[in-house]
Amino acid sequence: MRLTYPTSFRIIRVPCTGKVDVQHMLRALEKGADGVCIIGCMEGECAYKTGNYRARKRVEQVQRILKAVDIDPERAQMYNLSSSDGPLFGKYAEEMDERIRKLGPNPMKSVQKSAA
Amino acid sequence: MIVADKKPVEEIIEYVKDCEKILILGCNECVTVCEAGGKKEVGVLASTLRMYFANHGHSDAVVDERTLERQCDHEYLEEIRDIADQYDAIVSIACGVGIQFTAEKYHSVPVYPGVNTSFLGVTEQRGLWTERCQACGQCILAHTGGICPVARCAKRLLNGPCGGSSKGKCEINKDLDCAWQLIIDRLKAIDRMDLYEKFFNIKDWSTDRAGGPRKVAREDVQI
Repeated sequence: MRLTYPTSFRIIRVPCTGKVDVQHMLRALEKGADGVCIIGCMEGECAYKTGNYRARKRVEQVQRILKAVDIDPERAQMYNLSSSDGPLFGKYAEEMDERIRKLGPNPMKSVQKSAA
Repeated sequence: MIVADKKPVEEIIEYVKDCEKILILGCNECVTVCEAGGKKEVGVLASTLRMYFANHGHSDAVVDERTLERQCDHEYLEEIRDIADQYDAIVSIACGVGIQFTAEKYHSVPVYPGVNTSFLGVTEQRGLWTERCQACGQCILAHTGGICPVARCAKRLLNGPCGGSSKGKCEINKDLDCAWQLIIDRLKAIDRMDLYEKFFNIKDWSTDRAGGPRKVAREDVQI
């Protein structure tokens, strides 16, 4: 298909989105990631039944935490797609990239630079 | 176990926003099981506070993490003896017992609660905990089929249901089982309805909380 997705994306593979914890997302953002995007299977199609539902709830929890510390909650997002749907993955990646570019760099980044 | 619920992070921030060095102290026991104060929650709260400080121009603030086996025993709390004094504040996310014992042991360090301690209860299902015991100090479960009317009846009735019991539910909330309905169902199931007919002495409430803070002193195990 020779599809492309933004070079800003760093993919971390996990066995199921249900494995991704609030702590993992927060650590990524704390260390300077501009955004965290969880892409799980379609709702109702999780091989482990509820993994993607759990992931969605955790993303919502992260969004609440980000709001509480005055960081835009949109930096954490959840998407669902079928594993064979490459074009949709590309579309979601573009969408996430665009959203983050609008928000600008993660404020944690400047803190880390000044500390270094 | 002791069931606790997380405090809103805004409330915790309010306690510690002026501190320079903070220790988030978790507990590996009950609050880990009810997902309010274990190692994972320590990590989440510490990350949250670090992001808050960094985002509010206070990037030199230090937030450390530590989780003890228990916070209700001297021996485990002693593990932070050497480091406790370095901190401007300790946020304990153990139950109220652990928070108080930490404050007692480290007298000169402010200790703040990171959870609201709720009750003595069970994990009915993941994410749902319900009350089972009020620690009244005089257990009557032998007569009530193993179901406690003190903890589970809204009126703490000891001699059968009130007029508000309808279709097995309590009048204060249609989703709440009537404790006495449960007791009678259970007594029937174990073929002990004779216990329901039997008269018992008036319950001794002097061991309940109304008499002030309680203690259990057992000379046989004291050294």
